[in-house]
Amino acid sequence: MTFIINILSLGIPFSVALLIASLGEMFNQRSGIFNLGCEGMMAMGAFLGMLVPYSIGKGADVPGIYNYLGLMLATGVGALLGIFFALVVVTFRAPQGIAGIGMQMFGVGTAGTLFRHFIGGTQSVPGINTAPIPGLSRIPVLGPLFFNHNPLVYVAFLLVPLSWWVLFKTPWGLRVRAVGTHPRAADSIGIQVNRVRYQALAVGGALAGLAGAYLSLCQAKMFSDEIIAGRGFIAVALVYFGQWHPVKIMGGALLFTLAQALQLAIQGLGIDFPYEFLVMLPYLLVIIVLAFSRKTQKMGPTSLGKPFNREMRT
Amino acid sequence: MEQQTKAIDNLRIEHVTKRFPGVLACDDITLEIGKSEVLALVGENGAGKTTLMNVLMGLYHPDEGRILINGEEVRFRSPNDAFAYGIGMVHQQYMLVPNMTVLENIALGCKQSWKPWKLDLSLVRKRIEGVAAQYGLAVDPDAYIWQLSVGEQQRVELVKTLCLGAKFLILDEPTSALTPQETDELIALLKRMAKELSIIFISHKLQEVKDLSDKVAILRHGRVVFQGNTKDHSSSDIAALMTGHEVVLPHNDAPACTMGPMLQIRNLKVRSDRGFLALDDLSLYICKGEIVGLAGVSGNGQRELAEAINGLRKVESGQILFDGEEITNRTPAQVIASGMGYIPEERNTEGIVPSFSMKENFILKDTTSPQYNSHAFLKNKEIERDSEALRQQFDIRSPNIDVAAGSLSGGNIQKVILAREISRNPKFLVAVYPTRGLDMGAAEFIHKQLLQKRNEGVGILLISEELEEITNLSDQVAVIFKGKIQKVLPSSEASRRRLGILMAGVKDDE
Repeated sequence: MTFIINILSLGIPFSVALLIASLGEMFNQRSGIFNLGCEGMMAMGAFLGMLVPYSIGKGADVPGIYNYLGLMLATGVGALLGIFFALVVVTFRAPQGIAGIGMQMFGVGTAGTLFRHFIGGTQSVPGINTAPIPGLSRIPVLGPLFFNHNPLVYVAFLLVPLSWWVLFKTPWGLRVRAVGTHPRAADSIGIQVNRVRYQALAVGGALAGLAGAYLSLCQAKMFSDEIIAGRGFIAVALVYFGQWHPVKIMGGALLFTLAQALQLAIQGLGIDFPYEFLVMLPYLLVIIVLAFSRKTQKMGPTSLGKPFNREMRT
Repeated sequence: MEQQTKAIDNLRIEHVTKRFPGVLACDDITLEIGKSEVLALVGENGAGKTTLMNVLMGLYHPDEGRILINGEEVRFRSPNDAFAYGIGMVHQQYMLVPNMTVLENIALGCKQSWKPWKLDLSLVRKRIEGVAAQYGLAVDPDAYIWQLSVGEQQRVELVKTLCLGAKFLILDEPTSALTPQETDELIALLKRMAKELSIIFISHKLQEVKDLSDKVAILRHGRVVFQGNTKDHSSSDIAALMTGHEVVLPHNDAPACTMGPMLQIRNLKVRSDRGFLALDDLSLYICKGEIVGLAGVSGNGQRELAEAINGLRKVESGQILFDGEEITNRTPAQVIASGMGYIPEERNTEGIVPSFSMKENFILKDTTSPQYNSHAFLKNKEIERDSEALRQQFDIRSPNIDVAAGSLSGGNIQKVILAREISRNPKFLVAVYPTRGLDMGAAEFIHKQLLQKRNEGVGILLISEELEEITNLSDQVAVIFKGKIQKVLPSSEASRRRLGILMAGVKDDE
């Protein structure tokens, strides 16, 4: 029993960076833009997030407000990177896959370089600590599982219903879905396709930046070149896995991180088993589930990856 | 928006010119249309009709010329500006988002429903009900677009345009994808609507033009070659002006099957992509030198039948005998080798490789034959010689044989496919919607070629939704409904009415 609780309480906070980033990627893809650069945007977010409290306190404790300033900086710069990406792939219609790889290398490389210039070596920050919810966190079993987390964990899980509402119930969400599926139709009734795509990319970038800052400020409480560790790419895969739907994406993120928590827990038990195979487990699981899940594009963005050009004759 | 729009008493397009790279799509066009008038804009494919309407909607910007409404010049920068004047367009390819509901599709253009944090769908629903009541146009607001038939989607497009406050309708080939019954309904509906609205409609079906329009304008190569009142001119006058010469669609009046059977299909059962039985115990016999027309509303198993014959779809049970030899569940290569020719439904994706040059598309089926292949190398000289001959023989309009096949117009792509299939001297030809969306000149050419092949002893299965095409060309007409052959009639007995009843699923048509 405690074994299972341990896995769950470890896996839930693990999932946050993936969840936030893949919700952002979901908005990108719903608008028809495939952002492989998510990893790079997360790296920039991770660096900028910890830069603020570190440069104020140099490793010592700082007032909490600086941590939140870091989060805001990461989110804002993420949005700017999203707009920059939109300039490249929406306005200049560059191939999205290639531009995405460029964005990934730009983000990871720039974050690493700035890190060596401003900070130098591995430094930890106090970061944002857990905030137990008064009362609720004392409930046995459920308390530690759901109500004894970092504030951003609650935010991430609240983002799921919020994104669902935005995507399916608001006029903006309607426009995003329309330009991602049939941009010509949206254009024909007066929606400005490229403007909506810029907006969706700004939102996606902001969430990617926030996800990165979560890693450096809440999870690792430090920055290193490998801090993102492929999570940006897993986020892209999770969006497909979750069929562009926020709730299914959350399911995917949890499945993946719980598998990761499980393998860590098994390693902790000290069973004589090559740990390399355990580390493979979450990735293997995602591949297996993807292979056997129903493949239907019917509800998804069918114009994903295609730039829009009104005067191109089809 | 709906309430504010002023009536359009007069709309005038003056000297509009629009160029695309290498193409002069509209050349100094001037047109005028008054209140409650119906203007038919006719012309062959590529004559510039759609481009002109896109200019009127603000989707394209004219290089020269201007648009006047009630005598005042207007400038439309986007479709929003056109909507503001009450102009709405139903495009030929429907502008509906398939994974959204009817309601959501209409809300997309209805800015009053855009409350900051919530989409006000009840407002849109009310408006749909209003339009439905006013014009007798019923749609299910909660259905997803992908669930609807083509005819229903067309209705949704009309409802959408009217909900956005259109007083002036532009319809781009509204009947091109409809069944005969749906077409008749639409014409009746448009006649009712024309009492309250001005309509411009684009068509190349002359019957509709005669039925519906007050005035007609004929476009050829981007220029207006004729304008006048519809009632003063006969269909054949208009046809002659459209193509620049008199068009007489060829007719099959040779005696029926005298030679032995070529293709025998016995009790065929085939599943569709979605897993249900698309062909259910279907049997059909086609002789040498005979054209059998397969009439039916699309989606009743036509696609599956064509694919099963050509080895592209698995046969669950039953038998296909081709010239006495069994070809059931053979691979496409084996079927082709046995002498089968195939003009597939989707000419751009199944018929050609769009990025390949025209000459490469000609030899796609013969890359391993010694005719064009020598020790694993292509024989370019032979390929070029034969391709050039085909280009001339089939009158394919392209600068040379090296152009990408995908850059050709629909009619020319179809000619490339036809040339490839016919030049391989097939024993049998499966032709699926061979003239869909083509202008009359190209259709005439293709019909002549099919008839000539028939007279040379080739059996042809002609799958089409155009009843006129089927009755003109076929020796026998088979009607397909829900995967079964309803009835096979000699074409002399296949009247439009009788076929319509059979296509609707009524077995006893007497």
